[in-house]
Amino acid sequence: MMDRWTFGLTMLVVGMGGTLLTLMLLSVIMALLKKVFPYNPDEEKKD
Amino acid sequence: MVEGILSGLNGLIAGFLNLHWSNPVMMAIGCLLLYLGIKKDFEPLLLVPIGFGCIIVNIPLAGLMEKEGFLRTIYDAGVITELFPLFIFIGIGAMTDFTPVLENPYTFLLGAAGQFGIFLTLLLALALGFKYNEAVTIGIIGACDGPTVIYVASQYAQSLLGPCSVAAYSYMSLVPVLQPPIMKMLTTKKERETIMKTHKRTVSKTTKLLFPIVITIVGGLIAPKGLPLLATIMLGNLMRESGVVERLTKASQNEIANIVTLLLGISIGATMDGKVFVQPTTIIVLALGLIAICLDTVCGVLFGKILYLITGGKINPLIGAAGISAFPMSARVVQKEGQKYNKKNYLLMHAMGANAGGQVGSVMAAAVMLSVLKGMGVI
Repeated sequence: MMDRWTFGLTMLVVGMGGTLLTLMLLSVIMALLKKVFPYNPDEEKKD
Repeated sequence: MVEGILSGLNGLIAGFLNLHWSNPVMMAIGCLLLYLGIKKDFEPLLLVPIGFGCIIVNIPLAGLMEKEGFLRTIYDAGVITELFPLFIFIGIGAMTDFTPVLENPYTFLLGAAGQFGIFLTLLLALALGFKYNEAVTIGIIGACDGPTVIYVASQYAQSLLGPCSVAAYSYMSLVPVLQPPIMKMLTTKKERETIMKTHKRTVSKTTKLLFPIVITIVGGLIAPKGLPLLATIMLGNLMRESGVVERLTKASQNEIANIVTLLLGISIGATMDGKVFVQPTTIIVLALGLIAICLDTVCGVLFGKILYLITGGKINPLIGAAGISAFPMSARVVQKEGQKYNKKNYLLMHAMGANAGGQVGSVMAAAVMLSVLKGMGVI
């Protein structure tokens, strides 16, 4: 079992880094989705 | 006959005789929570049942939390099984409009920065000698998200469920008090006065529909241990955006959320037995929770400042403070603070984006954390 500081720093780096990277990836995917399915006022009115 | 009367009377005073010194203390805390909920309007939906649960569990000999006691039955059925926080998440998903974050996907990053407090507080908790699983649970208070805290605590540190939940909900309600001084301290007058462009509605219905599905699949694949949290909030949102299951959406927003909130609140209150709760550990947990939420705000605003620099002053750093899960309270605080320094400033929609990003960010941070812990063999 790793010591407390190694554990804490690992959580900080991997945990925060993982959260940041995941949300970064999701924001890129969302930006792409917006490009692929752009907002069209006429179609939205039909719905 | 006299003996019978005396025994009978003895039965009536047994409650008083068995009162531990910590029980009246906790009853007073229960009354304080009721006062905050009823008179000060601090998260009344949660604080009223929690406060009342706290009072009744400290009445001796009632056996409410003993085997087959009514609070124990509710607690075992919904908290230990993690069902209550997950049902609440369906309701949150059904209530949340993620359009502001979809309009500006970069605000997801503000939602990530707002989770820094979780990990810094985890380090502090470790330094204070808490076990790994306890430190993780205390850190999660920084998610500023009650159901996430309850979900993690019920799995990994049940002894801290009461203090962590109370800390999360109390501090969430204190966001309007806690955030403004930090926002002011970390930003210059010029930064606070920055006007951000308001944008038109630019998100298609297809994108809104795909959002919960994509988040669930991608997020679930990256952090499978947190999938229950992610999937339930996204299911609620999918139902909302699809528009075809209005009855289910309304039930999730109202009946289900209300019933579960009541049961969850009273179950949390039931964990606040004086003999367990009145300990130095509780005070340390409450203090660390406060630090966690303040650190979230600090990191969010600092990240906002970085975006301000990168964009050449187009982004008001104040919106970084909204990158936490206290939705929509935090966004309202940003709007109010922005207007205080520049009457022409309308930051609400941008702050709502960061706030919705914070909602996803807190769930994602918990999910990532659980998966990292699983990977490290800690859980």
